Amino acid sequence: MARDPFPTRSLSDREFHEGVVTVSHSVRAEYRWDAGEAIGRYLDGLRAGRIMGRECRECGRVLVPPRMFCEQCFRPTDRWVEVPGTGTVNTYSVCYVTWDLRRLTVPELPAVIDLRSGGIMHKLGDVEPGDVHIGMSVEAVWKPAEDRQGSILDIAYWKPV
Amino acid sequence: MGRRVAVVGAGMTRFVRRSLETGKELAWEAARCALDAAELTVDDIDAVCIGTAPDAFDGVHMKGEYLADGAGGWNKPVIRSYVGGGTGVFCAVQGWYHVASGMFDRVLVVAEEKMSSTMPHPQGAFLTIFDHITERPLEPNLLWIFALEMNRYMTTYGIEKADIARVAVKNKRNAAGHPAAQLGQADITVEDVLASEVLAWPVQRLDVSPVSDGAVAVVMAAEDVANRTCDKPVWVEGVGWNLDTAYWTNRDLAYPAYVERAARMAYEMAGITEPRREIDIVEPYDPFDYKELHHLEGLQLFGKGKAPEAARDGVLDRDGDLPSCPSGGLLGVGNPIAAAGLMKVAELFWQLRGEAGARQVPGTPHRGLAQAWGDLMQVGTVIVLGR
Repeated sequence: MARDPFPTRSLSDREFHEGVVTVSHSVRAEYRWDAGEAIGRYLDGLRAGRIMGRECRECGRVLVPPRMFCEQCFRPTDRWVEVPGTGTVNTYSVCYVTWDLRRLTVPELPAVIDLRSGGIMHKLGDVEPGDVHIGMSVEAVWKPAEDRQGSILDIAYWKPV
Repeated sequence: MGRRVAVVGAGMTRFVRRSLETGKELAWEAARCALDAAELTVDDIDAVCIGTAPDAFDGVHMKGEYLADGAGGWNKPVIRSYVGGGTGVFCAVQGWYHVASGMFDRVLVVAEEKMSSTMPHPQGAFLTIFDHITERPLEPNLLWIFALEMNRYMTTYGIEKADIARVAVKNKRNAAGHPAAQLGQADITVEDVLASEVLAWPVQRLDVSPVSDGAVAVVMAAEDVANRTCDKPVWVEGVGWNLDTAYWTNRDLAYPAYVERAARMAYEMAGITEPRREIDIVEPYDPFDYKELHHLEGLQLFGKGKAPEAARDGVLDRDGDLPSCPSGGLLGVGNPIAAAGLMKVAELFWQLRGEAGARQVPGTPHRGLAQAWGDLMQVGTVIVLGR
């Protein structure tokens, strides 16, 4: 008998859930990550309500997220610079699902925020999805100082100026 | 550059949502199909190149080693490569330099992915691509980065969603002619895509390729071997690959510069100076419909922001001036990550030999390009094949 030119035995949902043998397993592993030199200082800054970048004098960029090296010039960066907590929306989305595709009742507004130099991923708030546009000026809304933990979440979200 | 290298055989499994076969069994089936097509046995193979995505999909560490027995690797030099979604084309590039270097005469390249094992959804394994300290606390969803990039692309160039949806329609229609396809649909319309569930605006359900299981394999051979043993060898004319920064929020999201750099590397090697005139068919990476257009621009086949116009005018259709994803692509054939990229290389092999059946593009294509993309939207991998 001629062999199937494109083999593969496709399983139906029912077969998968009821009819064939499967074995389940969860990987048990926890991680504790060092923030490192550059991001450690960045997180310290966030706790203090400041966004800190690293300047590379060779290319003139202020790197946010900061790094102790410039990947383009491949040399050490030179100094810490505070970047204003205002920026513009580089791009955004209105997301209606969780990562495993369950519907959200309130959509999320992830965005890339361009800062004076550099840019980060974060979320927008205090705004209707239909009112957001690329190029919109936004400012960081900080958590109260006593609630900040040295985390990107110390910025609660970004809202229109 | 090195020895001339040809593809002398290709084979694949069907792409399905969930296969009975294990990854190793899928690799074996694809490898056997490719060897049969090349009229070779595993004893003729000098080395094996395996492409497969993160171990986290399978919960199996050392996945290359796990797959090797099924991929014909027993007692042979074996290497596994991984550059995210770019893997499927990269493993063919790796096969090329194994042979071009003079070290091996015949190499078996096998790409496998079984995504259905990850519960509840393989997206869970993808989430670890985000920076673990500055991004993951925001609990990002993988769709975010595509939605963010798509919105930036559309807004920068004033692109209509309907013109992007045409790509999904074209590919799912093309896939209706592919016997191994998961999502071929001959009667799908732009309206269907625009009416599908909004996941992360502007991304809707039918803008996205499916989760798939499957495997693909090709055999590559040195010039003298290929000429001696193969009627219609398909030659590797150029290869290129390039990686941009992982600081993706510091990049221009409207244009894939890393794809341009990879393409220019391949074009220089192939002696191509006017890609739009010199390439007959193209298989750009299409995990999302806008990505196909984004990549066609990065490949210098259309100006920045101009690929949607080509989609609207039918240029990219199977009978158009530059057929794009005649296979049906990831959107139509399916997206078992690494296997999907190598499927594009296999499609060029079949198209250039006139063996693509219902999918065969009219005329006699002489030269084709396959491209894949991945990691944190930062890698481009390109291969140019010709007959």
